[in-house]
Amino acid sequence: MKISLNINGAMQQVDADSDTPLLWVIRDNIELTGTKYGCGVAQCGACTVHLNGQPIRSCSMPIGAIGDQKITTIEGLQSKQSEAIQAAWDELAVAQCGYCQSGQIMSAAALLKANVNPNDDDINGAMSGNICRCATYKRIRDGVKLAAQKINAVEV
Amino acid sequence: MVSRRRFLKTSATFGAGFTLSMTLPAAASKLASGAAEAKTVANAFVRISSDNLVSIMIKHIEFGQGTFTGLATIVAEEMDADWDQIVAEAAPANKELYSNLLFGAQGTGGSTAIANSYTQMREAGASARAMLVAAAAQQWGVPVAEITVSKGLISHASGRYASFGEMAGAAAEQEVPKTVVLKDPANFTLIGAETVSRKDLGKTDGTAIYTQDIKLPGMLTAVVAHAPRFGAKVKSYNDINARAVKGVVNVVQIDSGVAVLADTFWNAKKGRDALQIDWDTSVAMSESSEEQMQRFRQTAQQPGLPAVAEGDIAKGFENAAQIIEAEYEFPYVAHATMEPMNCVAQITDAGAEAWYGCQSTTSDQYAIASTLKVAPEKVKINTLFAGGSFGRRASKNSDYVLEAVQIAKANKSDAPVKLVWTREDDTNSGYFRPMYFHKMKAGLDSGGKIIAWHHQIVGQSIMANSALSMFIKNGIDGTSVEGATELPYHIANFAVNLNTVESQVPVLWWRSVGSTHTAHAVENFMDQLAAAADTDPLAFRLANLGDDTRYRGVLDLVAEKAGWNAKNTSGRLKGLALHKSFGSYVAQVADLSVDKNGNYKVDRVVCAVDCGVAINPDVIRAQMEGGIGYGLSPALMTEITIENGAVVESNFDKQQVLRIADMPEIEVHIVPSAEAPTGVGEPGTPVIGPAVANALFAMTGKPRPTLPLGVKV
Repeated sequence: MKISLNINGAMQQVDADSDTPLLWVIRDNIELTGTKYGCGVAQCGACTVHLNGQPIRSCSMPIGAIGDQKITTIEGLQSKQSEAIQAAWDELAVAQCGYCQSGQIMSAAALLKANVNPNDDDINGAMSGNICRCATYKRIRDGVKLAAQKINAVEV
Repeated sequence: MVSRRRFLKTSATFGAGFTLSMTLPAAASKLASGAAEAKTVANAFVRISSDNLVSIMIKHIEFGQGTFTGLATIVAEEMDADWDQIVAEAAPANKELYSNLLFGAQGTGGSTAIANSYTQMREAGASARAMLVAAAAQQWGVPVAEITVSKGLISHASGRYASFGEMAGAAAEQEVPKTVVLKDPANFTLIGAETVSRKDLGKTDGTAIYTQDIKLPGMLTAVVAHAPRFGAKVKSYNDINARAVKGVVNVVQIDSGVAVLADTFWNAKKGRDALQIDWDTSVAMSESSEEQMQRFRQTAQQPGLPAVAEGDIAKGFENAAQIIEAEYEFPYVAHATMEPMNCVAQITDAGAEAWYGCQSTTSDQYAIASTLKVAPEKVKINTLFAGGSFGRRASKNSDYVLEAVQIAKANKSDAPVKLVWTREDDTNSGYFRPMYFHKMKAGLDSGGKIIAWHHQIVGQSIMANSALSMFIKNGIDGTSVEGATELPYHIANFAVNLNTVESQVPVLWWRSVGSTHTAHAVENFMDQLAAAADTDPLAFRLANLGDDTRYRGVLDLVAEKAGWNAKNTSGRLKGLALHKSFGSYVAQVADLSVDKNGNYKVDRVVCAVDCGVAINPDVIRAQMEGGIGYGLSPALMTEITIENGAVVESNFDKQQVLRIADMPEIEVHIVPSAEAPTGVGEPGTPVIGPAVANALFAMTGKPRPTLPLGVKV
């Protein structure tokens, strides 16, 4: 069946069953591959995208349940938070294998939008749904703090 | 299905530069697309384009450990190139050009990427530089000795200068020098520098391409129904319902199960779920991991085969003032890479082509060739970034790669096939870190010196029943005992025995291989000996060290930085461990705190590493941090258990792995060294488990024989 989805600000018509997880429509139908498959059961966070600005696990979200809500993927992420995060990630060389980092950055961007001065507990809480098997967690924590500094410096 | 004509067109589009354009930033894609002319200068590692990009062919896969950066740094250093003009490119499968000099075949593993190629990469860079200089000398009519090169600019006192790109064509015509003079390390500007940025790009904006992201014209996605228990085989199957699923194109039987091919992953998976398969379980595994551990324990009553026997063990124990014993149980552990195993394979009249995170390049290439009965040269491999490996992709039998090839072959078409494993497929496949049982016994003299040591290890062989079994010598698989046979300590009467046991669970190297269990047993036992000798764990180690002073170097450094000898005022508990693996020396101190419920937390880890010349200090720090985090999972919480021949913890809902809240703060200190560089991918991993266990032992005085340690003190 044809379903319309608002992805990265554009309406997309996809031909897929309504129970198809959003992740696979993004990857196989829309052909945006920055959003990754890791577990399929909302446990690892590699598939994190934003739904109306909130981080969700796209592997466990059927497209039939989305309606006209706005979906943002790593490719469409454009905000002062995401720019600061990507700059911080590069500066601190956070990524190793890199496979989970789209999801990490999506979660971090949502955190910084809600809380511009997160402490360690805030970061651990917001990022706990994102597994990194390279265990870049220390640099992710440092990266979120550096990104927060960058955002705050611009605002001052 | 892809028609023959369409395939040829595809091949032309994805020609020589395919890998390059997949893995490089925009500037390099231009090089790949042929917009700029590129010249190979001096050797198979350096290509210089007319627009002044220097492309370094990287013969080792980049899966996060930093090969694209490290190997390129070494070449660029000797070339005197500008770091910004350097791009890294995955080398194709070519045993003659790109072998791992320690393996004699192309492949990555054993933390050898830098160690095997340091001199080779230096010579590659120096040769290219010499030819650029010779070309400039010829064009300008000046002596070679008067030409200088700095940051990618060739110049002469007369005021003449040229970029590498401008001189590339002429340089390629020069004779390749027979010998080159390498730089005095005192003049290194890139090696050891803190400002050298990484070259594996595209990992913060979703543009980096992994196997999972490959899209080729006419490509089908395959999902396989695998055996529900180890050793089960397909008896028969009914695919009527599977073929009725929209998008399903074909269903084929292969050695490992039944594959469903479809237009998308989700349709293939729906097709798989609709299959009805009757499994032959007559020879399937029925044992549980718990029963297997009991079997291992019983086996330990047999002496096993000697891996090392030095001095007179019996006499050593006779002369001991006290004898201490310990046991350890290590469960199976999965690699659990973030990107589950996958591979794109295409079979054509000309041979085969594969796109994936290829780690054991030559053995995969030969295995594919053998499966298809074609010459290895007819098998082209495009090595992509891999979403982690930790040993899993160095498959001893190319398991998932051949699965993709078998599916493509059974599909009887030249359509590219992308095999995608779900997380459950990945975990249920096995290839775990083997389960082990350890029995330790040591004798101390009255002065606290270890005078006798007997270490018995029971476990499966990784190399047995594979092409690698030729490396098993006198019944000893070296990977079962490595880390136990060569200790930092001098012990006059020293024996290590191995009982190799069978199981149907496939096993494989897991980041730091033997050391992942042997270092834990040895180093936790050392603290029990120190306690028996009523000596501080650091002092006890120092007193028992052998002649290799590099152990002392990392111990001294970590003790200083961690404040080991300072009075404990914070209420934290400290644990220390020391181990050498893959030529690199690592010592770590773990700081633990305990909450009111008796749950402990690893707050901080101080790590000292001596890996010889530090090519890229930040990559070394990153690998120590990641290695510690990776080792914390099996130390604290991770295990794979087996019930009735099947994996229990198939996905991350049951298999607990380290998450951010449990990641400690980590400080890494690098011992300055002029020794030849050794690896850093693995050596950080085996040390953290015993450091944590030793902190717990310091608090409770009770040995912890079972891994994982759990959350309670």
